[in-house]
Amino acid sequence: MPVYSEKVMEHFMNPRNVGEIENPDGVGEVGNPVCGDMMTFYIKVKDNRLEDVKFKTFGCGAAIAVSSMVSEMAKGKTLEEAMKITPQSVAAELEGLPKNKFHCSNLGAQALHKAIQDYLNEQKKGGKNDGKKA
Amino acid sequence: MRKVYLDNAATTPLLPEVHQAMMPYLGDTFGNPSSLHDWGDGAREAVEEARTQVAQLISANPDEIIFTGSGTESNNFAVKGLALAQQNKGKHVVVSAIEHFSVLHSVRTLEKWGFEVSEVPVDKYGVVSPDEVKRSLRNDTVLVSIMHANGEVGTIEPIQEIARITRERKIPFHTDAVATAGTVPVDVAELGIDALSLAGNQFYGPKGVGALWVRKGVRIMPLLDGGIQEGGRRAGTENVPAIVGLGKAAELAKTLMTERIKQLTPLRDRLLKGLPGRIEHVVVTGHPQDRLPGHASFCVEFIEGESMLMLLNSKGIAVSSGSACTSRALKASHVLIAMGIPHELAQGSILFTLGVDNTSEDIDYVLGTMPPIVDRLRQMSPLYAKFTKASKGGK
Repeated sequence: MPVYSEKVMEHFMNPRNVGEIENPDGVGEVGNPVCGDMMTFYIKVKDNRLEDVKFKTFGCGAAIAVSSMVSEMAKGKTLEEAMKITPQSVAAELEGLPKNKFHCSNLGAQALHKAIQDYLNEQKKGGKNDGKKA
Repeated sequence: MRKVYLDNAATTPLLPEVHQAMMPYLGDTFGNPSSLHDWGDGAREAVEEARTQVAQLISANPDEIIFTGSGTESNNFAVKGLALAQQNKGKHVVVSAIEHFSVLHSVRTLEKWGFEVSEVPVDKYGVVSPDEVKRSLRNDTVLVSIMHANGEVGTIEPIQEIARITRERKIPFHTDAVATAGTVPVDVAELGIDALSLAGNQFYGPKGVGALWVRKGVRIMPLLDGGIQEGGRRAGTENVPAIVGLGKAAELAKTLMTERIKQLTPLRDRLLKGLPGRIEHVVVTGHPQDRLPGHASFCVEFIEGESMLMLLNSKGIAVSSGSACTSRALKASHVLIAMGIPHELAQGSILFTLGVDNTSEDIDYVLGTMPPIVDRLRQMSPLYAKFTKASKGGK
């Protein structure tokens, strides 16, 4: 289906890091099924690094490929590095996204950032997690 | 890999007989039908023969057939042309909420030109109620346009009953028969209508050609001005090979219709029963019985249509979807929404439209291929995770 790049197709057909993390350190959910796409990211943090990243996505081929790519880009990065992942950098790594999909399906970075923010908020509260301070 | 084409609503393939009939007009018989020499005669005769073939398909008179460039053009022509020709009598038109965009966007244009438009709702099966049409009529209504069948959900509309109402009020009634003409019996006198659109690529003819039938005595304003082709109603040199193909396809459709319906209906019914039987949380869209013979449409819960379509394509199966993500405009199908289907369920729309090349083995293959694809996408879906957690956790 040539509307998508080979890279998008490859991630869509073989998405990385699909699933949930039990007892995650942070969860981020964006989008809603009414507008098309919905993504939930789960993270595990160790020594200020994303030790594990998993996602679940409801949406089109682009949404699934974006989620997979974001998870791959984020894994192993420090929280600060991960916060620098942008929709533009994700699209670039995917060798481009169709114009009309750029905004609606490219929510992966936002979901990841929300998960990191969730973790940081818990840390501030001195909450449930045993992860190191960011 | 097995290849199964189940997107005949997008376009049917061209039958070899049709292809063959067209070939001379892409070759030696290249004349312009308006020319007065032998070259012109050959082309003109071919166009007139096609006109007769198309007329016979819908039991009309050949001189009431106007060739156009597509079903979309036929609908534009009918809606705008009929309304404009009657505008001294009034400026109100009635359509259904589930018309094709070539009708719905045409009435939007009419609104810009000062017309008022009433959109008649449909029930959960996509059926237009004749009573609702009756209620929407006004003294200044100059056109009613309701489709014969909906291409997205397959529902066949009660055109005869609606036509009875419009005839009583002497209001011209157009039907978009793009999904039905050449597929199920269409007889314009029996339906009691005044204008009808059809398209070649819906019944094994070529793309880029359609026809509009307008009952003799009903006035229509041309959209294209120029020469006197098509009785002055549609100017421009005729697309002779495509028109010849449309004619041949119409002739074949008339002869083979009963046989095709007999072939497609049981295959369709296997899908309509088989998919909800094999996959949980799948609903059939459209009317369970009053639907097109080759048309099986569904909404699959918790997943999105485009990703289903792409995974099916990777297994050699071609389908379509009415999900927001598959539309360029990124809007869920207006048809499904008008039927009261919630947006998130409409996202899981998937549509199988069968054709004469399909076999029982194709259906076996689809029934075997779909469940693991749905399962795979559901394993990825946060909506499905929420659903299973909620049902496990009890109320």
